Amino acid sequence: MFVQFTTWDIVRNLLEGGKWTLLLSLIAFVLGGAVGLAILFARIAKNRLLQAFAKGYIEVFQGTPLLMQLFIVFFGLSLLGVDVSPWVAAAFGLTLFTSAYLAEIWRGCVESVPKGQWEASSSLALSYMQQMRHVILPQALRIAIAPTVGFSVQVVKGTAVTSIIGFAELTKTGSMLANATFAPFLVFGLVAAGYFALCYPLSLYAKSLERKFHVAR
Amino acid sequence: MAYQFEFAPVFEHVDLLLAGAGFTLALTAVGAVLGIGLGIIGAICRAWKLKPFDWLFGIYVEVIRNTPFLVQLFFIFFGLPSLGIRMTEWHAAVLAMVINLGAYSTEIIRAGIQATPRGQIEAAQSLALSRAQIFRHVVLRPALAKVWPALTSQVIIVMLGSAVCSQIATEELTFAANFIQSRNFRAFETYFVTTAMYFLMALLIRQLLIQIGHRFVTGRAR
Repeated sequence: MFVQFTTWDIVRNLLEGGKWTLLLSLIAFVLGGAVGLAILFARIAKNRLLQAFAKGYIEVFQGTPLLMQLFIVFFGLSLLGVDVSPWVAAAFGLTLFTSAYLAEIWRGCVESVPKGQWEASSSLALSYMQQMRHVILPQALRIAIAPTVGFSVQVVKGTAVTSIIGFAELTKTGSMLANATFAPFLVFGLVAAGYFALCYPLSLYAKSLERKFHVAR
Repeated sequence: MAYQFEFAPVFEHVDLLLAGAGFTLALTAVGAVLGIGLGIIGAICRAWKLKPFDWLFGIYVEVIRNTPFLVQLFFIFFGLPSLGIRMTEWHAAVLAMVINLGAYSTEIIRAGIQATPRGQIEAAQSLALSRAQIFRHVVLRPALAKVWPALTSQVIIVMLGSAVCSQIATEELTFAANFIQSRNFRAFETYFVTTAMYFLMALLIRQLLIQIGHRFVTGRAR
């Protein structure tokens, strides 16, 4: 009836939860990047309607709590008749959240490309898509790498909130273990260490990229 | 069968929602004042390399910025009692917000302080200003003015993040929403209204901090 947890049992279970944190982060980052790119194109489009839509999208996701976004996705999708598991709701919600932030970060990068580059390329009779493809995006991409890596830390930390809708990632596993072992200090300390191990290298990498970019400029 | 949206059962509890929003704003206000205060102290230690506080703050900043707020909150509320440090859910929520905002604002304000041109300090010294006067008028105020927009955004992020404080039963806005949806079974409508309230609060706080910035920080010294 009563199971004794050794420290190794705790670590083993946390690693299992950490695997889901990592997987969810990757999915949210990749899909969020793809959706974010679409939002970016809408945000910098010449069409006013697309622009307004993208602006509203970004403002809503940056102006509301991630927890509320997850609740709305979780309960909203089930109203639409889709049978949602916490896993699907978490991935979907975090993807939307990530896409809004990435679109806004990338917009700043595109806008920091000097205006003369647009003028020069249009004087060479490049079409809008050609300008983007060959002139603007390659330069914006270089500026975007450091803040994008920096934002990945926010995505990893954001996955912790999905524990509240019942997705058994690192934090949820930690909560369950804390209840089962009566050792919350140890368990949450280890959980924090797990996130730190995931995020700190990303932070350091972002910082070194930033430094490299500043030197190169 | 199509779903019928019913918002009336949510608005029946509008008093709970407003009270919750008030508590969220109060939490944010206390967290912002103390957190930015902590950030100023941390930034001074970091920028002036006051040993050993500079590296203590360095570790603090990295640990907090690389772990989720929810885990920090759980550690404070569930973990610390095993060391004999017990607190109410309100104290835990405020403490977590202060510690979290303190770390971010340490980094933000430090960047502002380090951007002070050396010549300005020399000029102030040649005008026989005291060290305290130089710090207050030449270093800190322009530094805060420079980073005020970043601090504003960070305060809003902390306010939105406080939604997870409902998980330790702090009775703020999300806690009220959870309670209401457990009564009327209108989860979607309840969270939709709550989300709109957070959105308005974010707009309100941004405007308020811009005004405070104009009046006290970026405006001319009186």
